[in-house]
Amino acid sequence: MRKFLCLVISLMALVMLGCGGKQEHADKTVTVHAAAAASLEKVFEQQLIPMFNKKHPEIKIQGVYDASGKLQSQIENGLNVDIFISAANKQMQALDKKGYMDSESIKPLLQNKLVLIVPAKNDGSIKNFADLAKAKHPAVGDPASVPAGQYAKEALTSLGIWEQVQAKASLGTNVTQVLNWVGEGSADAGLVYATDAALIKDKVKIIAEAPAGSLKKPVIYPIGILKQATQAVAAKELANFLQTNEAMQIFENYGFARVK
Amino acid sequence: MIVAVDLSPLWISLQTAAVTIVIVFFLGVLSAWRVERLRSENVKIFIDGLFTLPMVLPPTVAGFFLLVFFGNNRLIGKFFLEYFGIQIAFSWIATVLAAAVIAFPLMYRSARGALAQVDKGILEAARSLGMTEWRVFWRIHLPNALPGIIAGGLLAFARGLGEFGATAMLAGNIAGKTRTLPLAVYSAVAAGDWDSAAVYVLVITAICFTVVIGLNVYQYRVKKQQES
Repeated sequence: MRKFLCLVISLMALVMLGCGGKQEHADKTVTVHAAAAASLEKVFEQQLIPMFNKKHPEIKIQGVYDASGKLQSQIENGLNVDIFISAANKQMQALDKKGYMDSESIKPLLQNKLVLIVPAKNDGSIKNFADLAKAKHPAVGDPASVPAGQYAKEALTSLGIWEQVQAKASLGTNVTQVLNWVGEGSADAGLVYATDAALIKDKVKIIAEAPAGSLKKPVIYPIGILKQATQAVAAKELANFLQTNEAMQIFENYGFARVK
Repeated sequence: MIVAVDLSPLWISLQTAAVTIVIVFFLGVLSAWRVERLRSENVKIFIDGLFTLPMVLPPTVAGFFLLVFFGNNRLIGKFFLEYFGIQIAFSWIATVLAAAVIAFPLMYRSARGALAQVDKGILEAARSLGMTEWRVFWRIHLPNALPGIIAGGLLAFARGLGEFGATAMLAGNIAGKTRTLPLAVYSAVAAGDWDSAAVYVLVITAICFTVVIGLNVYQYRVKKQQES
C-alpha cells in the first residue's frame, strides 16, 4: 500500500513538473481556438493546420468540430473561440446579429455540394433525389440544427417530397452521423455534402448532386472572427491563410469548391 | 410555459424501458445464478468483469460493438435481414437492444450480490431434503434474495430509460419510431429549442426521481419488515 502511494505521489509530481515546463513555452506561442463545421475536421487536421504551423510555428491551432448549430449554441453559452467557420450562413448571421462576431471579418470561404448517397452495396433502386421518397430508411441531417439538413429540406421541399421523407427519416445531429448510418447500411440512402462522401469512398456511392434549381442559394461556408477573440491578430493570420490559393487547392482535394 | 411538444419520445422511451427490463431481469438473474454456481474462482472473476463492462465503458463503445454485430452488413444483422427480413438497425428493436446491453450489468451485479447474501445453510437444508437445484433456486434462493433483486431491477429500468449513446448509433433518431427521450433532449438542445428540451428534461427527471424514491421506500419497508 505504501509503495503504491509513493508511486501515485511521484507520478503526480511528474505531471505537475510537466505542466510547469509547458507554461514556460506558452510565453512564446499563442493558441488560436477555432470552431469549425464537422465537415472541415479532416482537411484541417490532416493538411491545413500542419501547413499553417510550418509557416507560423508561433501560432498553435486548437480546433473544435461539430454541427454548426451546436457550435453556435455553444458559443452563445460561453465557448471561448477566436474564429468560427460555419457550414451555412444562418449560424454566422445569427451570431453576428447577436453581436458575437466582428462583422467586418465575415467572408464566404468555401462552397460545398449536397449529394445523394447510398451504401456501396445497394440494390440500385435509388437513382435520383426524387427516389428518396421510396427509400425505406432515409437519413438526413436534422434541419433544425444541421445545415446539411436545412439544404436537404430545401431541396426535397422543392421536389415536393419533404413531408414523405421526413416522416420516416432518421435525423442526424451532425452530418457525419448521417454519413456513417449510410456507410454501415443502417440507412439505405442519405443526403450529405460531397466532401463527406469523399471521406469514405469505399463504403458509400454518390448517386447524384442536388438537381439544378432545387437550392436557391449555393452551399456557402462563411468564416469570421469573434469579437471576444483574445488572439484576434493570429486568428486573422489563419483566416488569410485559409483563403490563399495554396489552401484552396487542398480544399479542392477534399471535395470543396471555390466560391464563385 | 405552454408549448406544443411532441410526446412520442416519452412513449417510445417507456415502451423501450418496459420491454428492456423484462428481458434484462430474466437474463440478469439467471446469469447471476449460473455464475454464482461456477466452481472456478478465476472463471467467476473473468465473467463478472465481462458482464460489468457495459456499465463502465462509454455507451458509444457499446454502440460500436452493437454496430459491429447487428449492422446490416454484419454477422447477426445480416442473418436477421436475409433469413427473417428483419432490419435491426434503425428499428425499435435496436432501442431495446441498446438499452438492454447498458442496463444488464446493473441487474446482473445486484442479483449477484443479493443471491450471494442468502444463508447457504437453508439452501443446503433444502438440498438435503431432496429438492432439485432448479427448485432450490426457484422456491428458496430467489424468494430470499428478492428485495435486492427488485432494487437492482428498478435501477436497471431507470438506466435503460436514460440510454443515449448506443441508441443513437444503432437505432438512429427517427421521430415517432426510435427517438427516445434522451435523443429528443439532445436534438432539441442542438436545435436551440430550449422550451421543448426543458419539457423532456422535466419528464425524464420526474420519472427517474420517482423510481429512485420508490426504491428507497421499498428498501426502507423491507428493512423494517426484517427487523420486526
